[in-house]
Parts: sequence; C-alpha cells; structure tokens
Amino acid sequence: MAGVEHCPTEGSPGSPYYFQLSYFTIYLTKGIEILEYYTKVPFYHVLFEAVLVIWIYRLITSKTFRFREQKIELTEKEEEELIEEWQPEPLVPATPTYDLDVITPKVVEGKPGHTLKIDDMECLNFATFNFLGFVGNDKIEDTAIKSLHRYGVGSCGPRGFYGTIDVHLELEERLAKYTRTEEAILYSYGFSTIASAIPAYSKRGDVVFCDKGVSFAIQKGLVASRSRVMWFEHNDMEDLERLLLEQKEKDEKNPKKASVTRRFLIVEGIYVNYGDIAPLPKLMELKYKYKVRIFIDESASFGVLGHTGRGLTEHFNVPIKEVDLVSVSMENSLATIGGFCCGTTFVVDHQRISGAGYCFSASLPPMLASAAIEALNIMEQKPDMFDDLREKAKLLHAELDGLQGLVCEGSEESPIKHLRLLEQLETIDDEEDKLKEIVAIALRNGVALTIARYLKDDEKFLPPPSIRVTVNVQLTKEEIKRGAQVIRQAAEQVFG
Amino acid sequence: MTPSKDKSKMPVRSRLTSRRSQKSRKNGFSSEKNQLSALQEEKLKEFRESFVEEFQDAPLYAAVMSYLFYFYMAFFACIKDLMIRLGVRKSKRPKEYKNEGFVPLYPEFEDFYFRHIYIPYSWAFNKPISSTAGPIIQLMEREVVDGGWQHRLTGVKTRMINTGSYNYLGFAENVGPCVEAAEEAVKKHGLACCSSRHEFGSLALHNELETLVARFVGKPAAMVFGMGFSTNSTNIPTLVGKKDLIISDALNHSSLVTGARLSGATIRVFKHNDMKSLESVLRESVVKGNPRRHRPWGKILIIVEGVYSMEGSVLRLPEVVALKKKYKALLYLDEAHSIGAVGPNGRGVTDYFGVDPADVDIMMGTFTKSFGAAGGYIAATQVNINTLIEYSWEIIDHIRGSSHSAAYASSMSPPVAVQVISSMKIIMGEDGTDEGKRRLKALDENNREDILKTRFLSAIIYFRYFRRRVKEMGYVVFGHNASPIIPLVIFAPGNTA
Ligand SMILES: Cc1ncc(COP(=O)(O)O)c(C=O)c1O
Repeated sequence: MAGVEHCPTEGSPGSPYYFQLSYFTIYLTKGIEILEYYTKVPFYHVLFEAVLVIWIYRLITSKTFRFREQKIELTEKEEEELIEEWQPEPLVPATPTYDLDVITPKVVEGKPGHTLKIDDMECLNFATFNFLGFVGNDKIEDTAIKSLHRYGVGSCGPRGFYGTIDVHLELEERLAKYTRTEEAILYSYGFSTIASAIPAYSKRGDVVFCDKGVSFAIQKGLVASRSRVMWFEHNDMEDLERLLLEQKEKDEKNPKKASVTRRFLIVEGIYVNYGDIAPLPKLMELKYKYKVRIFIDESASFGVLGHTGRGLTEHFNVPIKEVDLVSVSMENSLATIGGFCCGTTFVVDHQRISGAGYCFSASLPPMLASAAIEALNIMEQKPDMFDDLREKAKLLHAELDGLQGLVCEGSEESPIKHLRLLEQLETIDDEEDKLKEIVAIALRNGVALTIARYLKDDEKFLPPPSIRVTVNVQLTKEEIKRGAQVIRQAAEQVFG
Repeated sequence: MTPSKDKSKMPVRSRLTSRRSQKSRKNGFSSEKNQLSALQEEKLKEFRESFVEEFQDAPLYAAVMSYLFYFYMAFFACIKDLMIRLGVRKSKRPKEYKNEGFVPLYPEFEDFYFRHIYIPYSWAFNKPISSTAGPIIQLMEREVVDGGWQHRLTGVKTRMINTGSYNYLGFAENVGPCVEAAEEAVKKHGLACCSSRHEFGSLALHNELETLVARFVGKPAAMVFGMGFSTNSTNIPTLVGKKDLIISDALNHSSLVTGARLSGATIRVFKHNDMKSLESVLRESVVKGNPRRHRPWGKILIIVEGVYSMEGSVLRLPEVVALKKKYKALLYLDEAHSIGAVGPNGRGVTDYFGVDPADVDIMMGTFTKSFGAAGGYIAATQVNINTLIEYSWEIIDHIRGSSHSAAYASSMSPPVAVQVISSMKIIMGEDGTDEGKRRLKALDENNREDILKTRFLSAIIYFRYFRRRVKEMGYVVFGHNASPIIPLVIFAPGNTA
C-alpha cells in the first residue's frame, strides 16, 4: 500500500510532480533568506523573538485561554424547536416579477418567415431575427429532411460519446472556411455558445472589459467566469481607454500579479439591444496597445455586415485572424438552432475540453446542422443578398425617420433598429405601455412588431424600453414602405 | 426487491389519482406531514435495506498500475517539455496569432494537461459516426497526425454495436412514425422560429408539447426549452437567489452546478447519494441559518439527479423526500437519464419508487436521451401554498415569465418538438399500438426472450443482462441494478484505446 500512497501526489493530475518541485525550490530559497537574516541581526533580538514564540505557544495550549470563539452547543430539543419554527419562503414570489403578457404570448401559425400568421391574419414580419429569409427556404428544408431520413432527429449523446456525426465535422469545417479562420466549434444552442465560451478562458482573478450594452448571454457568461468585470459606457472608446489605463496603473504597481492576470475585451458586432455597430478599428488599436484579447459576439452581424456577409471584420477590413474569438448564434441569419465559435486552433480547441455547453450537452440534431450547411451554400452562391439586406435596412431607417414621439436608434446598415420614446415618461412601465399600444395598433393593420423583451430585474444595465424593428430580405421595398407607414400612423394615433 | 414492486403492477395513472384524492396537493410544509406515519417509517426502513448499490474497490494491482501510469506520463511529459525548451524537439502545437507579450492564455497546469494528456488520447474520444446513434453505428476511422494534434479521416467505416449513446428506448432511428411526424413539422413550420418565446417564438406545437409533458411526468404544468443544459443553467437562477441555500449532491452534472453558481445562492454539498450526509447538512443549515447574515435561510433547495450518468447510481428518492419534508426544504430533481428509462411506465424515478410526483417540487428532465430528440423541460406543482399565508401562484408561470431561456433564447425547433411529442405518445401508449410497452418491457430483465426478438433496440437496453455479463468478465462496475448506465471503470487511461 505504501507505493500506492505516495504515488498520487506525484502522478495524479491534481498536483503534478513538477509543480511541487517548483514550490519546493521557492520554500528552500525563502528558508535560506530567513537564515541569512538571523545572522545579521543582534543577539538580543533573536532572544526576544524566541521568548515571544514560547509565550504564544503557552497561551494557545493553556487550558484557561480559549483561542477559538466559544461554541454554542444546542440541545436536541432546541434544535427541534428551531426546525419547527423555521418557515421557508415560498418557492416563487407571491407577486409576479415579470410582465403578465409574456406568459401568454401570441401563438404563430405556420412558418414564421416573411410573414407571421397571427390570429388568422397574415402580418408582415418586422419582429424576428430571420434576416436572410432562410425560414421556409425550400432548399434548406429539403436538405434537412434528407438528413432526417439518414440520421434521425437526436444525436443521443455529447460530442465525446458518439455524438459527433459526420455532418458536425463538415459544418465545423465549412464554417471555418467561410469565416476564413483556422477552426470552428459547434454548440447546440445559441444562448449557451458565448455563455460557455467566456468562462472557458476567463477565470477568477482575470479582468474583463465589457461594453454596457451587451446581450444577456454575455452577462451570464461573465457571472459564470467569476472574473472581475470593468464596464465601459456603450460604444464609448474614451471610457474604455480610461479603464484600460486604470488597469495598467494597477498592473504596474504589482507586476507579479499582472503577469498572470489575463485581460479580455468583449463586444458585440451589432448590438442586439441598440442596433449599432462596434468601432472595430479603434478596438483593435486598443487591443495591441494594452495587450487585451478581444472576443466579438457576431450573432447579429454574421450574414449581415460585410460585402459577402462575413461580419464585422469584413465590414471594417480588419483581418479576422487578429480577433481572438468570434462567437455567432446560428439562430438569427442562418435560421437554424445552435451556435459556433471560430478563431485560431490555439484558442478554439481549448473549448473542446473546457466549454461547459460543448462538453456536457448533447450535440446539435444532425438535421439542423445540415440545414446550416445548406444555408452557407446559399450564402456563398448569392453574395448579393447582403447588399440587398443592407439597402433595405437603410430604406427602413430613412422611412422611420421623424416619427411622432419616437426616435429610431441604431446604425443605418443594421437590420435591427430600436424605436425609443423621444421624451421620457415617469416610469418604465408607462413608457412600455405606450410602446405596446403602438405594437397593438400595428398588429391590427397587418404589421407584426414586438417591444424588446428584457428580464428587467436581471439585466445588469437595462436598456431604455423600445420597439425592436427588424428587416428581412424577403420584404419588398413596397412592403417596407407600407410597414413604416403603419408605424407612422400608429405613432400619430398614440402621441397625436 | 424494491418496495414499489407490488404496486408497480398497478398502472401509474390510477396510482396517481388515488394518491391525489387522499391529500391536497401542497408543497410539503404542513406540520402534520412533517412527521412520518409509522407505516411510512416502516416502508422507508424496508427501502433502505433493499437498496443495493455497488461501488467496488479497485483491485490493488489495478490501482498501483494506474498511478504508475500517471506517474510515467507526467515524467515523460516533463522530459518532452524540457527538450522543447532546449530546442532539441519542435513543438507541434498550433500557435497563437500575433499576440506577443500578452499574458499566456492558459494557466500552466491546464496547458500541461491539455498538451500531454488530452491531446495524445483525444482520438479515443470524439469518435465521429456517420449514421443514427442507434443500436448499430457506423464508426468513421481516423488517423492520428502530428502526435494527436490533428486527426484525418481515412474513409473507412466500420459497423459497431453501440453501448455509448444514451439512446435508452431506441428512439434514435431514421424510419418510423416519429420521423414521419418530424418531416411533416418541417414542411408545416420550418426549422426554427428565430425568435424567443416571449416574442414571436411560440407555436401551437410548443403548447401541445408542454401539456403532454406535464401529463407524462404527473405534474399540472410544464415548460419546454431548446437545450437540456440551458434548462438547468438558466432556470435555477430564477428559482433561488442570494438569500437562499442550495444543497447539491457532490456529483451533480455541470449544468446544475452552472445554474447554482449563476443564481448567487450559497451552495453546500453533500456526499454522493449519502442520506446521512444530506441530513446533517440540512439540519445544520436550518438550525444555524445563514452565517453571513445571521438570519434564517429564505428557502432551501435540494438539487439531485434521478440517475447519475457517470456513476450509474440511482437516487434514494424516498429517503430524500422524507428528509425534504422533515426539514421543509424544496426538491429539484433532474431526470435527464431516468425519464423514459426507469420505472415500470418509463416515467422516471418517481415511477420506479412509487413516489407521488407531487412530493417533488420541481421536476426537470431532458429530451436528449430516451426520446431521441433535444431540449429539456421543467414541470412543477402548479399551486405554491405556504402554510401561514394562503396564496397561490403558479411556479411554471413564474418560470415562463422570468426564465432566461424564455426571454432571450430561440424557441425549440419544430421537428425536434414533434419528435418528442410522438415518441412520448408511443411510450404512453397513446399512439394506439403497444410499441411503447414493448420498448419498456425490454427494460426488464425478466423479458429477455422478448428483447432478443426486438431488433431495433439499443444494446444498452439490455442493461441488467449486460451488467451481469460484464461483471462475470471481471470488470469493475459501479451503480445500481435498475440504472441503465453501467460504468465500467478503467484504471489505466492507456487502456481506453
Ligand atoms: C443530469 C443531466 N442534466 C442535464 C444534461 C444536459 O442535457 P442536454 O444534453 O439535453 O443538454 C445532462 C446531459 O448529459 C445530464 O446528464
């Protein structure tokens, strides 16, 4: 047994052999330093210290002195009483903490594509993230059905245990090729893609610089990472630089700690909550100046920005290699389920052992992966649809200009726009009620809109209430004009 | 064997209703229920005696060998590192792009493990297949290039028996009624909604599935989500908060741990499936309260799994329920691996032990395993009653309103939802055939003759038979007899291949 007992300390992954070696050398050198110190100080000093040590030892061991706080021992009966007395709170709060209308959402019939069929009425879809109109695409559906007849629906296991199906490998390869990166990694749900990717790299003790406008999934990823987060004002590069400088000063004071503190910068390509674009060139400049790694969530900009839809980096002509990690949810442009991260093999591969949502969850249903492959095919074959989408976004932006009581926020080119109130009302609820009125009127006139839904108590920085208007390429110019007209009239009705 | 045996002949439906009529559906806080009746005590005792679970110790030889193995691996890895540092050997690892002078991305130890333990053995995992994850799979052979940094497909495909997928009831299939229904769903609803449940992501399908799941697990209401992992990680934070305590099994799944961490609640851990440990943690927590705030805990949530996927152990549910009632705690039960797979009617551990589902506050499960689909559900007691103040609010409504997934994540894909609906109906026997019964019957060893005739079932289904045979072959196995998971413990990682 002796052999067994001493082996694990050297061999088990919890405490590697060479680690102990390095600790040992540290202690050894420390010990020598202390001995050296004692040869230099006067003798009475050593004597005094020795007496002090003996006295403390006596104090601790003597019976009259209680070093630790006295323990209160409860009798069994008292414990039972306490247990009897304790009244737990109910599992959920007595009064709802959410909007009552979210638990009875409108049910959509048929395919939620170009139009939404709600309450037996076809409404123009200005609400879902189906930017490229891939919902209901015949080619994609045919591919998915073919895949269904080959692989069935579920994969019945995580990627490690026979859940890796050839289409997953193919999709990862295609995504890497399309984004012009070395490697891509596939997740089975959009929300958990970035939420798992962040804690895979950023750990306790690390520092993350993050925009205040980021989506909820990023916020949750940051909480899970337990890193220190420094929030900068939305898209405010000066504020970011201020924080970076602040951190730099701190690091200079404690270079030892700084040498193991990783720094990350997390932004979104197009901010879902604001509809504007991150200033990438400036961010890249700051990246190299302050040596922070940059992660970009391109969920809303992939398949949207750039001449061929490759996202933010193409939009600004920045080599994607210089971005450390790009994370994309496939639930928007690609109109399927899941998400992926891409970047250099050095960075991405690490998620295969430490991305919680990758390792501990079943892989994406193969038919949905096939659908994504087909969607990529279409994106490659018809590169003009991205220009088309941007043009329509610009048209909508122009049409939504100068509404009564409302202001259209977001970049012209972004397919996501936020209509916010010009003047603030007393409470957020009042503001939302006004916006909901507009949404209801528009719905009656055949235009489906939605207010941007947030969990108000859980958002770190709650964006002001808004109607989130989205464009998809299938909407014709006339339809966009009609939609904008309906919104204009509704606004006049509410604010007039 | 188990106390539920005699009752298991009764269909679960009638059992549920008979129980329900006896007592009002409360959350388990009323004082008269805190004390167990003599009959219940006796039953519990009987249960304790009959519950056998094995965690065999490793033979000394195997233990020594596996430690030696790690020792050698670390030893040679250090030498390799040294040689790379001296420039004798070249590292094959891919490089980071242009980040000179940055703080290294990976901590030293993690990096060491990744380079020297994960990479050389990674080819034993992540093996790609090119078929359904059914009973027979087509494995795609790979070649190792660059000492494990790359794998190349050779193009050779081998047919193998699959004992690795969680395809308990064999619903991972590419023909049959479920597949036809899924195809219909694609034609009718497309593949995704591109919107969250709070906005325009709700289809009638989702509502239908939710009612069905609620009926299946024996709860009044349920909500479904697109991913099992997120079901845990995004919903636990809506149920507990800073003032509360989570008591978690030491071996809980990563999704439960993530959810607990995100919730901000204090987390205490008890020894895996050890009721003494659970009781002492519970007792101490209730008696001492929150040590930081010097106040009693708001509420205490016990989080456990029905069947543990890595150990193959089955939860001691009746004992947990008794403790939960005694200490007025709440119970969150993750049935990812037990729903559909254990119990005479395939309804999970409550069905197996004959426990009233009303005694479990939150029932969670995933569709990934037995149903051959993807996603997860949460089902809960509808009315949440406190003994002091009588008010009612639906737990599921609360989850619907404040779940992170419901507000921000895309809703479940229509064909996947339909796969769950049709497979669940088959298990419940509502499709008009006895297909479900046949599959469930195969779960019982007594029907082995039958099993051998059913060609489509996954090999893992014959789990009791499999467990016995594997034990006869001298492997060390873990877990409970009723569990469909049979962990074979392999001591030297070098043998994995
Ligand atoms: C106990 C438990 N909960 C949740 C999950 C996650 O489920 P899914 O694979 O559907 O994401 C698993 C999967 O392995 C599990 O074992």
